[in-house]
Amino acid sequence: MNATPPPVARATGAMVQFDKVGLRYGTDSEVLADVSFNLQPGSFYFLTGASGAGKTSLLKLLYLTQRPSRGIVRLFGEDLVTMPRHRLPGFRRRIGVVFQDFRLIPHLSAHDNIALPLRIAGVSERDLASPVREMLSWIGLKERADARPATLSGGEQQRVAIARAVIARPQLLVADEPTGNVDPEMAMRLLGLFEALNRLGTTVIVATHDVHLISRVPNAQMMRLERGRLADPTGALLYPPANRI
Amino acid sequence: MLIPSVPPQQRALLPEGRLSGPMPWVIAILMFLTLLAAAAGLGLWRSADGIGDAIAGRVTVQIVDANPETRAATAVRLRREIAAAPYVRAARGVEREEMVAMMGRWFGDLEGEDDPVLRELPMPALIDVDFVAGDADANLRALRTLINASAPSARATPHADWLGPVAQLIRSLAWIAVALVLMMSAATAAVVMLTARAALGTHFSTIEIMHLIGATDKQVTRLFQRRIAIDTAFGVALGTLVATAVMLLLGWQLSGVTSGLAATASLGVYGWLVLLALPLFGIAVGALTARWTLMSTLKKTL
Repeated sequence: MNATPPPVARATGAMVQFDKVGLRYGTDSEVLADVSFNLQPGSFYFLTGASGAGKTSLLKLLYLTQRPSRGIVRLFGEDLVTMPRHRLPGFRRRIGVVFQDFRLIPHLSAHDNIALPLRIAGVSERDLASPVREMLSWIGLKERADARPATLSGGEQQRVAIARAVIARPQLLVADEPTGNVDPEMAMRLLGLFEALNRLGTTVIVATHDVHLISRVPNAQMMRLERGRLADPTGALLYPPANRI
Repeated sequence: MLIPSVPPQQRALLPEGRLSGPMPWVIAILMFLTLLAAAAGLGLWRSADGIGDAIAGRVTVQIVDANPETRAATAVRLRREIAAAPYVRAARGVEREEMVAMMGRWFGDLEGEDDPVLRELPMPALIDVDFVAGDADANLRALRTLINASAPSARATPHADWLGPVAQLIRSLAWIAVALVLMMSAATAAVVMLTARAALGTHFSTIEIMHLIGATDKQVTRLFQRRIAIDTAFGVALGTLVATAVMLLLGWQLSGVTSGLAATASLGVYGWLVLLALPLFGIAVGALTARWTLMSTLKKTL
């Protein structure tokens, strides 16, 4: 598509750089084609697009469960395409991920689900007690620390998932339709949590269909995927987009 | 480490209870059969060795002469000449009473009395010859040359001609037992492999989450390896317990047998050491197979 990388892709200091990235599963046609954009540290992004446009595939590249079929992906200044597999866990610890279906571990309590990233990182039980308590307070579930996910409402489960995603203070938070399974009021509360994190310096990218959600974050930048291609190659449109792509 | 240590909080990532359902029981059955096969193999091997030692370099010279007096005289002279040969360690004339006792088992005898049938039974004169260590074939050839020159009607029959095939058969059975042990070890590894793969499938979502939040393959593997190794150890312990009970029972029954091949069957110190090592080997096979399966399966994911 683009003969040269868009100007924004040459920007320095970007946390994430995609340059003409393509992705295909097996021998199928590409689900992402010539995707180029940068994510700047401390920014807030919305990723929109119709179902099947490639949002989840793009996010998979961001949270490192897929490698691109072509193009260059740089994360925290390092090329992820050629990065050896054993180095990926270290990078994943710098990324928080939130899913529409929460993906909590069902037999662990809210407390243990939130503590999981710290335990994986080798933090001692004594050192993780305080951050987990703070996180439970922050999401308003201090009283439900011992509750299993099945006994929590959808909104509560998603708050636990957000707490788990951010307790290790990731530099990048990736959320794939995080409000898809909660009511509008809860969606606003969750968005508030994302904004709070963003104010603390975390780069946030949220994939969503929800236009009302997007309108609540005036400083957010919007990227829109159409059939696997980024509609605005600069990937830096402010909402509402001037040209209404 | 075969059973890796995992902090209790991380152990909770896998739900409580047996991870692998029937696996410990299958392992227990396999270990039970492995130990019995190994014990049988070791016992048979020692029997074959015992027979081999008994028949190696041993020959019986048979003097068949219709006249009892000539037969006896020939036997005495021939025994003396054979005993004087440098390749002979010992030459012993078999007493008639010994032969009568042996024949009595087959013909029946009047216990404690002079049996007229056995008394009248014509028997050859026998000389048991033990060669010195060395080339038994060459010694046998030299003995036959001596016999041909001194008593042409006499015949030398090596014991190996009678018992060699039996020892060979026993050794073949021992090899079959070894093959059974190897096959059951392979079956144990296969069971563990299937279990590990099934566990990864069952807990795929947990593993996916662990990977997403930065867990390494080693961390995931340790978690599953620990549980599978504990299950394996449980099965091995159970199988070993039952097999030991059965072996002790068989040993007790064999202790009452005083004749035949059964009397030569025993495990010996090294045999028991091998049997003790097998359960540890089983646990090692289980743990290492689990580790290898888990690591290689996880490597296929990103």
